[in-house]
Amino acid sequence: MTLAPPPSGPVPWEREFALGMVRDMLRIRRMEERAAELYGEQKIRGFLHLYIGEEAVAVGALHALAPEDNIVATYREHGHALVRGMPMRTIMAEMYGKREGCSRGRGGSMHLFDAKRRLYGGNAIVGGGLPLAVGLALADKLQGVRRVTACFFGEGAMAEGVFHESMNLAALWQVPVLFCCENNLYAMGTALARSESQTDLCVKAAAYKVPTLKADGQDVVAVHEAAKEAQQQVRAGEGPFFVEFQTYRYRAHSMFDPDLYRDRKEIEEWKTRGPLHSFTARLKAEGKLSEEQFLALDAEVAKEVEDAVAYAEAGSWEPVEDLTRDVYAP
Amino acid sequence: MKTSYREAMRAALREALAADPRVFLMGEDVGKYGGSYAVSKGLLEEFGPERIRDTPLSELAFVGAGIGAALGGMHPIVEVMTVNFSLLALDQIVNTASLYRHMSGGQFSVPLVIRMATGAGRQIAAQHSHSLENWYAHVPGLKVLTPATVEDARGMLASALADPDPVVIFEHAQLYNVEGELPEPWTTDMKKASVRRQGKDVSLITYGGSLPKTLKAAEMLAREGIDAEVVDLRVLRPLDDATIMASVAKCRRAVIIDEGWKTGSLAAEVMARIVEQAFYELDAPLARVCSEEVPVPYAKHMEEAALPQPAKIVAAVKGLLG
Repeated sequence: MTLAPPPSGPVPWEREFALGMVRDMLRIRRMEERAAELYGEQKIRGFLHLYIGEEAVAVGALHALAPEDNIVATYREHGHALVRGMPMRTIMAEMYGKREGCSRGRGGSMHLFDAKRRLYGGNAIVGGGLPLAVGLALADKLQGVRRVTACFFGEGAMAEGVFHESMNLAALWQVPVLFCCENNLYAMGTALARSESQTDLCVKAAAYKVPTLKADGQDVVAVHEAAKEAQQQVRAGEGPFFVEFQTYRYRAHSMFDPDLYRDRKEIEEWKTRGPLHSFTARLKAEGKLSEEQFLALDAEVAKEVEDAVAYAEAGSWEPVEDLTRDVYAP
Repeated sequence: MKTSYREAMRAALREALAADPRVFLMGEDVGKYGGSYAVSKGLLEEFGPERIRDTPLSELAFVGAGIGAALGGMHPIVEVMTVNFSLLALDQIVNTASLYRHMSGGQFSVPLVIRMATGAGRQIAAQHSHSLENWYAHVPGLKVLTPATVEDARGMLASALADPDPVVIFEHAQLYNVEGELPEPWTTDMKKASVRRQGKDVSLITYGGSLPKTLKAAEMLAREGIDAEVVDLRVLRPLDDATIMASVAKCRRAVIIDEGWKTGSLAAEVMARIVEQAFYELDAPLARVCSEEVPVPYAKHMEEAALPQPAKIVAAVKGLLG
């Protein structure tokens, strides 16, 4: 397969908005690079799934949504939580397992929840969030609330029966779900073509009469514009919509993964299509961003990351006496 | 008032739907067909297709959608046709519904009610005859109810809906046609076990579809001068240890009757608790009557042989009394 050249072309956005996108992509990138280091230092344990390389998807898509919309995400959701507005401190504290984390340190990296921001996880069962999203959207429909439920999942989830059941239910009941497929080509170590007879994912969604769009997931402009269009239709009450964001993860599946199933060359090729540097290159070409401005932004983000780490370090452990708290309502 | 278990269930559903606009019923054939066991018959006409919602044969997705709807502010009642098919939805029940509150640090509540038929005894063979209540009772975060009387069929739903946590209700398929007197007011308490028959010689502890068989066994024992007490657990999670131990302390002997298979059964859990908490009250070893460890066969005589029966209960009691 020959890869397309890096995303290019004019950026149809106001400078401030475009810089906001750079900033959010950079925040995810730097937070996760630091998280990987902290994993090496054993400050963060368990599973840690990095989103590095896929940042344009969460950033572009979430900026197309309203604050009152529902978000359902996967175990690779640090970026979604951050863009949704969860403070980096809270995310880092959760990864440390500290009480100051969003889930009191009970969930860790894979289970970021935020009721206030309508982030419903952080689900570590592949496909587990899909029917949940249908139900959230059904609740809105039954209550007459005009809201979009955006459900993120990987292409691996589309091999699960629950994808097909959920797609059918959403279309049958015409509930407002925006299905956001983050196709990073590998379900853990299994390439799409090695697990699916039909690799055109939109065809699967279309089989349920759900309208679809495909977007270059390495191009934040394409992601955002596709998500904007899709969410408009969903919000207008036209039922569910499916968008495939074609992306790639630069790091291994998790910190446990020796990454033996991919060619180094393939990874290097995809890196030429990096969402951050391709977008900043376009902004620089248009005179909307200088190298100095980028470095200043990066320094600002670095500060935020170090503040988050310091916050997590200074955090406290949930007392063991609270172990059985919240199994049931008090 | 005389009513059947099925009618009592339906009256409870009707009352819940009328009282709270957040309540809706969904599942396979709950609407147009009237419910596989005719529990929801007539409700579609009364409440409309939005609230009596037929689903495709997609247990995993519609149970998951029930969880999502509960998170989204509704009070769904999801009917899974039988416990056998609930295995297709186990992932959403065990990996999402039961643990969202704890795993999110207490941020989320899943006020979902899942109803399902359970049990054997109607010659519908192995794939339709499971009794897997213990699987669900094993899981922290769930509550498990087994209404065994007309009164509980009428009252338990209201209390399940008032619960902010996911509640699984098992309705034994053999009970739907059982008729009984519905007292007024009926109880809606779902926290405790109930002593259905007072006795002093042996405590027979059971739940769900085994309750009528156990009461029958108690009558047979009475004719032979053995005064059995019958405890209906009603709630399999959390178990009401106090009522169990009080009965054991009083009778000093106990037999557990459970339609589940013996290995890893709910009966095993009850016995373990008695040993932990009331060992020195016992005058004899504990005993249990469970299903034989085979898939439930179709032929009537073989099915009967596989399940707990009054005669087996009587024999187990006599074994204890020597």
